[in-house]
Amino acid sequence: MNSGSHYDVAIIGAGLSGLAAGIRLAHFGKRVCIFERHNAVGGLNSFYSIGGRKFDVGLHAVTNFVPEGIKGTPLGKILRQLRIERSEFALCPQVGSRVAFGPNGEHELKFSNDFALLESEVAARFPRQIDGFRWIAAHIRTMPLSGGEAGSSARAFIRRVIDDPLLEDMILCPLMFYGSAREDDMDFGQFSIMFRALYLEGFARPFEGVRVMMRVLLDKYREAGGERRMKCGVRSIVAREGRATALILDSGEEIQATHVLSSIGSAETLSLMGGPPKAGRTLGYVETISVLSEPPSALGWGNDTIVFFNDSERFTYRDPLSPADLRSGIICFPNNFRYGEGRELSEGFFRVTCLANYEEWANLSPEAYREQKESLFPRIQLAAMRFLPRLASPDLLARSTVATDMFTPTTVEKFTGHFRGAIYGAADKRPDGRTPLSNVFICGTDQGMLGIVGAMLSGISMANQHVLKAPAGAS
Amino acid sequence: MTNDECKKVVLDIISDIAPDEDLSNVKPDVRLRDQLQLDSMDFLDIVMELRKRHGIEVPEADYIQLASLDSCALYLVPKFNALAAKS
Repeated sequence: MNSGSHYDVAIIGAGLSGLAAGIRLAHFGKRVCIFERHNAVGGLNSFYSIGGRKFDVGLHAVTNFVPEGIKGTPLGKILRQLRIERSEFALCPQVGSRVAFGPNGEHELKFSNDFALLESEVAARFPRQIDGFRWIAAHIRTMPLSGGEAGSSARAFIRRVIDDPLLEDMILCPLMFYGSAREDDMDFGQFSIMFRALYLEGFARPFEGVRVMMRVLLDKYREAGGERRMKCGVRSIVAREGRATALILDSGEEIQATHVLSSIGSAETLSLMGGPPKAGRTLGYVETISVLSEPPSALGWGNDTIVFFNDSERFTYRDPLSPADLRSGIICFPNNFRYGEGRELSEGFFRVTCLANYEEWANLSPEAYREQKESLFPRIQLAAMRFLPRLASPDLLARSTVATDMFTPTTVEKFTGHFRGAIYGAADKRPDGRTPLSNVFICGTDQGMLGIVGAMLSGISMANQHVLKAPAGAS
Repeated sequence: MTNDECKKVVLDIISDIAPDEDLSNVKPDVRLRDQLQLDSMDFLDIVMELRKRHGIEVPEADYIQLASLDSCALYLVPKFNALAAKS
């Protein structure tokens, strides 16, 4: 055996969960190496440049944001466990967001990083439901940060105290869009994680985007002595007697490790062990990105940070079996965070995200794919603009647009390796991280924590539980 | 090493891993977990820092000995003294 390639822990994937796990393990003196197939770190929350412009992938906003001094929150936990100073992430809070339902958004609930706003909105618009809504919030405040009881239905939970389907859908819409891998309903544990992340806590973003956070994680990992190999994917996991004995890299090189943490998804990890290279049903997304010569507020679009919209009587959260479901979606204006006096992004950004079917994109010829992108781009934007103030002139958006980009489920699959471009992974999560092999564990989106902070917390807790062995159940 | 010195060592470590906690009124006979926001992961960090800074090993079975400042002192002082005697 070549001792040069034996690690205490091999981590597959340099996304947020893999890096967080790596930092944690390296702090504890473990010999750890992260293997990443792509040439960039970040996984589902990465960044790229086109024409000298920097774009964030994935990230609309960092959820789970709380101001300094609030204790016992996921953000506080990861900062502590990774020895990161709060100021290093440079998180700037959102201005304010809303849920807009109805053909032209006539039903609206505003929310911000102050839960009292959402509470007062519900009280004003759904006076008969406010006691039930408060009961839900109070109940979720008592749940563990890891979400608690799995398997039960969030809708059934809400219906215990709320009997207006409109409010039920309006509460669920942002939570589903920002993290549910399950169609039509949410697992109650995931619901409680997301309710906390979006409503009880809130949104923030670093001025320079997600790359700021990636840079901090990379620096901490390097300082702690962690190794990292880029453009170096893992092709297969060799197993004997229920344990992984080696990893075979894309190059054919063989690596030995005592423990393996895989952040690439559960079906993806099983496929490295010889399972079928297929995911079950998953949810895909398309996103249009327009770069504007002015901030969206100067166009007359106001100061919304995120708008979650739905034009139909009920909110349908399922694989649409079409290239894009234009009935509902998410609008994101990265300009509308409180970056501080005199600090503004140099250009405006208008992003719209909708549910999309994977096959409707994956089965196209390159030419048909390009044509479908071009024809859908303006339709997705128009669908979203129904929920924004009307522009002064119909061609104002076109005149202000200096660049565009768009991603589809196949883009996500190509760059992240997640089957079917599934941003939120498989519908069935593995909260304990276990796999059929006793020394291989899942972290990241398929372990079940959500969002950027959740991803880091997932990496940390899997490293603690399975490698560093925090006493089980002690927290 | 005295019990008080040992408690200070532990408090110094906690102040580094949990800089947002107020440590001015920690009661030595009450479980740390009941008065501070510390969970099992944070206790792992205390164990790691004891090893890194002071060369003290705390096996997993003994984590429970670190429950309060008093129990920390009771458990750790002999270890510190044994280490000092060796060097």
